[in-house]
Amino acid sequence: MGIWCTISPVPLAWRQLTQHHVRFAAAVMGVTFAVVLVLMQLGFRGALYASAVRLHEHLAADLVLINPQYAYLGMSKPFSQRRLYQARAHPAVASATPLSFDLAPWKNPKTGLTRAILVIGVDPAAPALELPGVTEQLYRTRLTDTLLFDADSRPEFGVRPALLQGGERFVAELAQRRVFISGAFHLGTGFAVDGNTIASRSTFQRPFPNRREGLIDVGLLRLRPGVDVDAVRAQLAAQLPKDVEVLTTAGFIAREQKYWADATPIGYVFAVGVIIGLAVGAVIVYLVLFVNVSERLPEYATLKAIGFTDRALFSVVLQQAIILAALGFTLGTLLSRGLYAVAADATHLPLNLTPTTGALVFGLTLLMCGVSGAAALRKVQAADPAEVFA
Amino acid sequence: MIRLDHVSHYYGAGCNRRQVLFDVSANVAAGEIVLLTGPSGSGKSTLLTLAGALRSAQEGSMTVLETELRGASPDTLIRVRRQIGYIFQKHNPLDCLTVLQNVEVGLAARDGHDRRTALRRAAEMLEVVGLSACADRYPRQLSGGQQQRVAIARALVGRPRILLPDEPTASLDSATGGEVATRIRELARQGGCAAIVVTHDHRILQIADRVLQIEDGRLGAAGIA
Repeated sequence: MGIWCTISPVPLAWRQLTQHHVRFAAAVMGVTFAVVLVLMQLGFRGALYASAVRLHEHLAADLVLINPQYAYLGMSKPFSQRRLYQARAHPAVASATPLSFDLAPWKNPKTGLTRAILVIGVDPAAPALELPGVTEQLYRTRLTDTLLFDADSRPEFGVRPALLQGGERFVAELAQRRVFISGAFHLGTGFAVDGNTIASRSTFQRPFPNRREGLIDVGLLRLRPGVDVDAVRAQLAAQLPKDVEVLTTAGFIAREQKYWADATPIGYVFAVGVIIGLAVGAVIVYLVLFVNVSERLPEYATLKAIGFTDRALFSVVLQQAIILAALGFTLGTLLSRGLYAVAADATHLPLNLTPTTGALVFGLTLLMCGVSGAAALRKVQAADPAEVFA
Repeated sequence: MIRLDHVSHYYGAGCNRRQVLFDVSANVAAGEIVLLTGPSGSGKSTLLTLAGALRSAQEGSMTVLETELRGASPDTLIRVRRQIGYIFQKHNPLDCLTVLQNVEVGLAARDGHDRRTALRRAAEMLEVVGLSACADRYPRQLSGGQQQRVAIARALVGRPRILLPDEPTASLDSATGGEVATRIRELARQGGCAAIVVTHDHRILQIADRVLQIEDGRLGAAGIA
């Protein structure tokens, strides 16, 4: 019979843990701090990956063509549009649409300060993006130097979304050229991109005079209904020259995220943050449990003398670890939700606490407290029942 | 119930190895109360820890409740311990539990007690030691004597087959000490419990069947009380 169910309706673990209120509060706060740290790291990492592929997720395509040297959205490598025409010749391809993008300096009309904005060049007649409002307003970009502006861009660009509501044309400056904003859409920012604007392909060429015409960054292929996307991808990859890479949209998204995870130190930095958070929490939990056990060593020795097994006493310490994990996780999650809201407002990044992240962090918290509890068990094991007679 | 046959015991290892018990042989039968006396450091506590299955015997044969404890496994020791009632000089009550719950601990390690029965028996035992009024208090709120009575109640509540009290009446007043002595005698006579009592209290001397004198790890002449 275990100590849990026998001694009292309130488990011994809880009674021992809460007897010293200050120490208990410090332990819970320690775990809470670790949970907040881990959740913030994972939140920012998730936001990085999610924001890096915002554009990719809205591409109107089943397959995409890119230059094999394409690194990421902010460092693309154009390729000849002829490859798109070649791909279009495949019987399974229903349509082929070019897409170009590059960063250009945008001047804040109020402050005069410039900031890089992502200019997306599309064919107004062949919608390349599946974004609410874009398809309906794309005709406006047919006018030279007329743009659609991302209302979710950072405020430093000096374009207040409210001004875009009434359909008025808003004058701004892009790469030292006067441009007109005639509509708004919602895409959002990322770690590499502070803001977005959509232009026709002819307007797109103007801020980038050195960019050769006939080059595109991404070729968008829409396939006929019912065809095997992977099979067509493989066929196109075999048919087209090796100066283009053929990817599914999902593959394109995965490639972009892989770049941020592997080719930049950002993924590593976040991982280190998570590890530090867990280490801090583990040390705090270990110290609290160790002190708890040390102070009660004669009690544990007495319980052993009475006939309790090591396993029964281990369960008391592990229950304490689980209680700390559960309380710390609950408080940490609530606190993190508030911090997510504040951070999302300040950074315009998509910080979301998903059930998967929550489950992962709860698992990590349990592991952290469990490891600390297991380390403290050695002290319980050291309690010698024969010593109580000495 | 308890049989020691040429038991020797050592502490330490290598050049620090020190013998504390020398070829000790003794028997304690069911219902018998044996007093163990001797000066400090004579080996009384070591003998109690061996008889209480708190450690396994190193040399000779040590049989407690028909179980050989020489080289006994931890599981065997624990199984034997559950049938023994200990009263330690240091009471070591669980500080975070109430007095009633502390007594209940004496039953918690044993199988076959539902919570309601355990609570009832713990309450009865508190009445025996005169602490019914303190059932909901915490040990830190009790005097040393009251804490000792909690320890006695914890040891007796499981109706042990062997009782090993170490100075059980040391911090009790004469009336309570007398009641405890009576309770030990009842347990031995009616319950067939064997008891080895370390004490200098003459009230316990009065209820003892035999006195074992130990000095420098050797059992001396036994006397009849």
